[in-house]
Amino acid sequence: MKETIDRFLKDKFPQYVYKEEEVLSNLPVFFLKAEGLLQVFSALKTSPGIELNYLNDLTAVDWLGKKNPRFEVCYLLRSGNKSTTRVQFKVPVEEGEAVPSIVSLFKGANWPEREVFDLFGIPFRDHPQLERLIMPDNFQGHPLRKDYPLEGFGQDYLIEDLLTIHVKEDMGAE
Amino acid sequence: MYEKTAEHFGSKFRHLPEGHLLVNLGPSHPATHGILQNVIQLDGERVVEAESVIGYVHRSFEKLGEKYTYNQFLVCTDRMNYVSTPLNNIGWILTVEKMMEIQVPDKVVYVRMIVSELSRIMDHIICNGILGVDLGAFSGMLHLFHHRENIYQVLEKLTGARLTTTFCRIGGLEKDIYPEFADEVRTICKGLKPAIEEFQSLLVNNRIFMDRTKGIGGISAEDAISYGYSGPNLRAAGVPWDVRKDEPYMFYDKVDFDVPIGEDGSVLHRTLVRMEEMRQSIRIIEQLVEGIPPGPHHADLPHAYLPEKGKVYKNMEELIYHFKIIMHGVKVPPGEYYQATEAANGELGFYIVSEGEKSPWRVHVRRPCFWFYQSFPDLVKGGLLADTIATMSSLNVIAGELDC
Repeated sequence: MKETIDRFLKDKFPQYVYKEEEVLSNLPVFFLKAEGLLQVFSALKTSPGIELNYLNDLTAVDWLGKKNPRFEVCYLLRSGNKSTTRVQFKVPVEEGEAVPSIVSLFKGANWPEREVFDLFGIPFRDHPQLERLIMPDNFQGHPLRKDYPLEGFGQDYLIEDLLTIHVKEDMGAE
Repeated sequence: MYEKTAEHFGSKFRHLPEGHLLVNLGPSHPATHGILQNVIQLDGERVVEAESVIGYVHRSFEKLGEKYTYNQFLVCTDRMNYVSTPLNNIGWILTVEKMMEIQVPDKVVYVRMIVSELSRIMDHIICNGILGVDLGAFSGMLHLFHHRENIYQVLEKLTGARLTTTFCRIGGLEKDIYPEFADEVRTICKGLKPAIEEFQSLLVNNRIFMDRTKGIGGISAEDAISYGYSGPNLRAAGVPWDVRKDEPYMFYDKVDFDVPIGEDGSVLHRTLVRMEEMRQSIRIIEQLVEGIPPGPHHADLPHAYLPEKGKVYKNMEELIYHFKIIMHGVKVPPGEYYQATEAANGELGFYIVSEGEKSPWRVHVRRPCFWFYQSFPDLVKGGLLADTIATMSSLNVIAGELDC
């Protein structure tokens, strides 16, 4: 599978290959450029013999101080036709740089992309509803970043704030 | 008044037509079985739009995993799918063992598989039983809960805990199985078989249950794949994927079992698939329990497996290893690893990025609930409010796994 996809990418989308690097992993890993993500994924999804039509996992890794650019958005694709080979695609992005959303290709990318946006602060372009998913709406910062301390910044913000907003608005309406 | 509340939670409900009503299902509601919220827009009794709000039980395990050692993170996995804890434990331990290239004795694999399948039965009992309760049939659940309790007692003897089992250690089991283990498992299987048939005839084959669940909350195979479904919910839609068959881990390639599939992915088919999976799990257990090989309950790995406590007090070597493992953790080589296992709800994947230090650089958990629950608004749109409860129950959303 690795050779097939390698050849496929080199033949059809050489301009979107970010770099060729061997990664110590049990999965075949390919690095892609953010701007070509949609074209490459939709081609991989439909090409006969490859058919990576199942989005298995979507997450990100923060390589603060180890790699440049800092973030890697990791897409794990799997073929539906029983061959069960998983292939990982990584998109390196700098802080604040947007990645195109793949919700139009895989409906299931919706929440994972929101989760990555919420916890890493990586924005996704053209996402139907790019809001915080897990942390409260008034949360400051992105907890899974390496420069976010485990104990938090010590802000006292949370549910109480949300509740007071509600109570006040509700009472005002009546 | 409600409008503002909903406005806070999502952008979907900004303009509510006259006569439509917004209902909050949750965060604390008997039908949600956990802390998760659904905002549902109703026109009469029809669901027009829905939105799920999650995050109420988020404990930031992925962040904690970057500080904990590989052994310590095992405790976090207990709290993910708390209905079938050993499956999460085994998923994590398998990933770490594969990264460290550890071979465990056959006995360990046998016990892990038996406990896995017992946990799967436990999970399916909860899902199908509580579905009955949500639809107003209480007795079905009680019939099977007696047997679930028996499984809990085996787990208690095996691990010392009922709910947070922290089953397994890197390189083996925490302690050896007790002598009556095989007999007790055999007795459980013997009792479960008629109980499952009874449950089937009592609840699932009941006309009222069929009418309430047939064709409700269905999803096509294509949509299910697009949404990232896995496990029983995907198989109910007619896709025969099972990690145990497709890429066997442990000894799943050496045991005989079938993968049941449904047709339309509706509540009824999900229930039937789970019923059949329970029978298949019993089949697997019966094949294994006869041949648990004798031998040690852990691999010979002084650098990864904690030495016996008695020896730690007397021998220098063991004391050093004990200290090293507790203080510095186990050495996992640098690299990345993704290991998928078939948990009760579907594909549970652990993605570890290791830099060769005592804690992983990044841990990510691919939770099956998280992927299929996002389709909930699509499943309930156009249906009745009462059907949303059945749909939610049959998906088996576990809040602990959803938020992680």
